[in-house]
Amino acid sequence: MVGNKEHTKAVIVKDLVKKFGDFFANDHLSFEVDRGEIFGFLGANGAGKTTAIKILCGLSHPTSGEVTVAGYDIYKQRDLIKQNIGYMSQKFSLYDDLSIAENIRFYGGIYGLSRKQIKEKTIEYIEKLGLQAFRKSLVKELPLGFKQKLAFSVAIVHNPAIVFLDEPTGGVDPITRRQFWELIYKEAAEGKTIFVTTHYMDEAEYCDRVSIMVDGRIEALDGPKQLKEQFGAKTMEEVFIKLARG
Amino acid sequence: MIQIKNLHKSFASIQALKGITVDIAEGELFGFIGPDGAGKTTLFRILTSLMLADQGSAIVANLDVVNDYKELRTILGYMPGKFSLYQDLSVEENLNFFAGIFNTTLKENYELIKPIYHQIEPFKKRRAGALSGGMKQKLALSCALIHKPKVLFLDEPTTGVDAVSRKEFWEMLQSLKKMGITIIVSTPYMDEAALCDRIALIQKGELLDIDKPEHIISRYSHFLYGVKADKMYELVKYLRVHPLAESAYLFGEYVHFASKDDLEIEVLKEELEQANLEDVEIVRLDANIEDSFMDLMQKAEKGEQL
Repeated sequence: MVGNKEHTKAVIVKDLVKKFGDFFANDHLSFEVDRGEIFGFLGANGAGKTTAIKILCGLSHPTSGEVTVAGYDIYKQRDLIKQNIGYMSQKFSLYDDLSIAENIRFYGGIYGLSRKQIKEKTIEYIEKLGLQAFRKSLVKELPLGFKQKLAFSVAIVHNPAIVFLDEPTGGVDPITRRQFWELIYKEAAEGKTIFVTTHYMDEAEYCDRVSIMVDGRIEALDGPKQLKEQFGAKTMEEVFIKLARG
Repeated sequence: MIQIKNLHKSFASIQALKGITVDIAEGELFGFIGPDGAGKTTLFRILTSLMLADQGSAIVANLDVVNDYKELRTILGYMPGKFSLYQDLSVEENLNFFAGIFNTTLKENYELIKPIYHQIEPFKKRRAGALSGGMKQKLALSCALIHKPKVLFLDEPTTGVDAVSRKEFWEMLQSLKKMGITIIVSTPYMDEAALCDRIALIQKGELLDIDKPEHIISRYSHFLYGVKADKMYELVKYLRVHPLAESAYLFGEYVHFASKDDLEIEVLKEELEQANLEDVEIVRLDANIEDSFMDLMQKAEKGEQL
């Protein structure tokens, strides 16, 4: 696992503020994510999740506040952060007109993997994801479920300390969705930190801890079990609706 | 209201629809439930006369989708999955534009769209492109309703929408249903099945089952248990290779363990504890629509008779 050897927390956020004009997209956020934790980052559309993720990934400057990701400072060490995180969006950032192997080679190359490492990763992924039948296929010819698993694998090709997953399971069938979560569990068990957003409330249950954002602020943060007790709710969906509807 | 017979459609080597047959009654709230790539959008495009099928026929409100397409288009409302309004026009301009196309006015049908439109009316001067996701969805629905259609087709109206807005959207559909509009909706969210009168489960261009949601669930034939333990990933791996396992999947806070046979909860609990799992909790469960869907999906993949 790469990342700053000294760091004990995967993410530390203190008093993070992001303003667009007079609008507080992130209104004094403070939270920490442990190494190896599966952290669910929930909130209604427009609550400010994407803004916060962009900052954590080093793609956007905060207005104020302290942020450390994988032990690196968001103001001074953005390049180191980018080398030590993985990112997968709902749109799967794969090249449709390239083959599976070409996509792996491309991302491996960007992250500075050697030829030998890229070759090993290619063999490993094709084997692990059961892609043998699609070896020569272009990514656009892959069924959605395979594409999703490949996008995840490519996002962690450089063995980052943390991987950010932005609605990774939208639209896939229920079995594939669960197989995907098993991939996530496997990576977390091996020490990777998972930072994930989703609109499926049953998936909130798979997280070690969950934060719920409402209008730019974190209104709740705890394990799913504790949140349900705290809000007297049977499911995470009830917790979410109670919070988001105010 | 709608008779669909043996619809087929292929794109190059991909068979998007492999013989879809279903009848939908007047006033029904009917859901096509299935993942991306199941064929939902292709089906909706054929039913709204925007695409021709390779084979088969479809009648909507006594009108043939091919021969009577001109008349058909005046009586149906269609909300595509992708936001398709004019981003550079304001909320009000979009509504007036669509009303104009159908030779009507916003004023004439105001009562019909009022329950939905009044929520975005304060923003009527705002450009559609500058609206939030939830408001765009309400505007798109208002535009699809502006000509008082008899049948409303909604293609994945709740995809990418948060749990609160989804709930509100379904409340709006219930009120439209009360006005007598036949509503055909598609969704990848299994939990929305319970909100429909009848559903068709669709996967890879085929219907897995058509019925009232509770009837589909009642046909689930395995013994289902919810199992919880301290290490969920270890638990699901263990249960999947259990001799009695039909399937084992993560399911919110439980693993849903479908057993081939009735089993003693205490015996399974002991067994799991011996396998080094702690805080084990087991309950007998009734299947939900997602359990049914996954079961039917697996059977279809194995090529079994449904």
